[in-house]
Amino acid sequence: MSEMIKITIKLFAQYREGKFKVEKREYAKDSTIEDILDDIGLDLGKFPIGVLMVNGRHVQEDFVLEDEQILAIFPKVGGG
Amino acid sequence: MSDKIYRVDMSNLTYKIEDVPQEWLGLGGRGLTSTVVAAEVDPECHPLGPNNKMVFAPGLLSGTSAANSGRTSLGAKSPLTGGIKESNVGGTSAGIMAKLGVKALIIEGIPKDDSTFYHLHVTKEKVEIEAVPELVGKDNFAVLDAMMEKYSKKVAVMSIGRPGEQKMLISNISVKDPKGKLRSHGRGGLGAVMGSKKIKCITIDAENYKETHLADPEKFKEASKIFTKALQENPISGEGLPAFGTNVLVNIINEAGGLPSHNFRSGSSENAENICGETMAENIKNRGGSTTHGCHAGCVIQCSQTYNDKEGNYLASGFEYEMIWAFGANFGISDLDQIAKIDNLMDDLGVDAIETGVTFGVAADTDLIEYGDGERAYEILKNDVANGTPIGRIIGGGAGNLGKLYGLVRVPVVKNQSIPAYEPRAVKGQGITYVTTPMGADHTAGYAVATNILNSGGHIDPLQKEGQVELSRNLQIASAAVDSTGMCIFVAFPALDDPKCLPALIDMINARFGANLTGDDVTNLGKNILKIEHEFNLKAGLGKADDRIPEFMKYETLPPTDAIWDFTNEEIDEFWNF
Repeated sequence: MSEMIKITIKLFAQYREGKFKVEKREYAKDSTIEDILDDIGLDLGKFPIGVLMVNGRHVQEDFVLEDEQILAIFPKVGGG
Repeated sequence: MSDKIYRVDMSNLTYKIEDVPQEWLGLGGRGLTSTVVAAEVDPECHPLGPNNKMVFAPGLLSGTSAANSGRTSLGAKSPLTGGIKESNVGGTSAGIMAKLGVKALIIEGIPKDDSTFYHLHVTKEKVEIEAVPELVGKDNFAVLDAMMEKYSKKVAVMSIGRPGEQKMLISNISVKDPKGKLRSHGRGGLGAVMGSKKIKCITIDAENYKETHLADPEKFKEASKIFTKALQENPISGEGLPAFGTNVLVNIINEAGGLPSHNFRSGSSENAENICGETMAENIKNRGGSTTHGCHAGCVIQCSQTYNDKEGNYLASGFEYEMIWAFGANFGISDLDQIAKIDNLMDDLGVDAIETGVTFGVAADTDLIEYGDGERAYEILKNDVANGTPIGRIIGGGAGNLGKLYGLVRVPVVKNQSIPAYEPRAVKGQGITYVTTPMGADHTAGYAVATNILNSGGHIDPLQKEGQVELSRNLQIASAAVDSTGMCIFVAFPALDDPKCLPALIDMINARFGANLTGDDVTNLGKNILKIEHEFNLKAGLGKADDRIPEFMKYETLPPTDAIWDFTNEEIDEFWNF
């Protein structure tokens, strides 16, 4: 069996609907955020990705995750 | 008939209705208020003395059917910052003033007899000035009820509560919204200026106005359609804001480590999940109430809401991110309902959410109050601030003055005005706006959070210095121009990402006035406004040394990002090279 990594996933705003707020999941080593998005199955057609953060820093969808990182996924949000 | 300047002199209780000078014709909103303040107010005057003036001006598009055009600007010299101030608000005043033909309402002087307060009623033909001893000591909701009883439900009302009467620096001016609730000219202590002029309330006749004249109605309609579509199709103004309100920001700012908490000791809060927009929306769904409410007629974004308690009874409306951050994260109240209760009390009293909330955050570093003690904060506001006890005066003076009285170093203000809900060390572009805007620490003056955190208008790393001065400058120029149109600041989201949005906005202005403005003209308008305001501040004695962040942010790192404020003075001062 190939090596696995544990990722804490946080969902926000419309992404929580019918899903979860925070969950820890296991993925294959060298998984990208894109892989994780496929796994969670968010309605990206209706609510496109706004911001992705890993450990509080902005990243892109091709970011390769490491064990015990925190991934936060936001649709487009704003206010002021 | 063309628009007029309505000028009231409180020193002899008279008014004049004047033609608009040629050089003011193309101006509205902030462009007009800052121009008038710079032209007519001595920058060295005492803000609460006879030589300060209040200038109310609806935006260039206010009173038209343009979506989100219902903002009124108020300009004056600020008693909080000692510099020029423009504070704009939704509510019903902009549309009604514009339709009545009021280009600006300028109020000057102070009554010789200061034993009572006055009510100004503006109609097309005149301004009635009447003593209202029966309203003295009343707060905003009571004044609102009295005015709606006297005139019609639609009358526009601007008023102050007891803190404004007492000229407290946290006091604001409340404006009636379409549902009879309140919005505020919030920042800079402008309620104190109204109190100094002994004005309890101003009403604008809503029964005898005419529809706003359009130079080219067809062209206007076409541009308006494109503009509205841009607002509705943008995922932020069309989806996120109506669903979760401005409070949707708590989680994303917290995640980025930019949510000031424990009086700016940390950039993340343990209360975030309790107070966030998602929790608020869930409560609204379970308890009744409404997630959508427009603060002015013609708003298609509807970011405001009606928030009820567990029993379904009304608690608050216009329950905004800044309020919830200030009392929830920065002062530490973990119960959203308790924050809502305080919000409603503060609406009634007429005190600024940011200045008051940050003051409580600083107060938690003294023996005045414990961190997170919402019950005590409510009591202090209700009893001490309202009645002007010594403790009420201490809180009512704002965060900067409280810090001085108690010998504190950790005082998050710029130009003596409290820093809003984005930590300047961790959202550096926003920090540049705080230190450079002529308004004192103000998030709306140049909302770099959009590009630093929200990925609107691209992305610039919030923790790096590179590109932040230029970003803030461009946003401040654009915001000064947008603040002149009467538009809500949230048009910035579609404007940053949708190339059709700004041209449609300019087309509407051209169709309204029969003008031929280009994008460059609008940029130049924004630049001119900033320069006029900066010049006023320099003459008022606010120099480069005032364009600085509180010193503790230069030597204390901010968890969890360990960010520090590392701009040099030269880097900051580069802002004004345009």
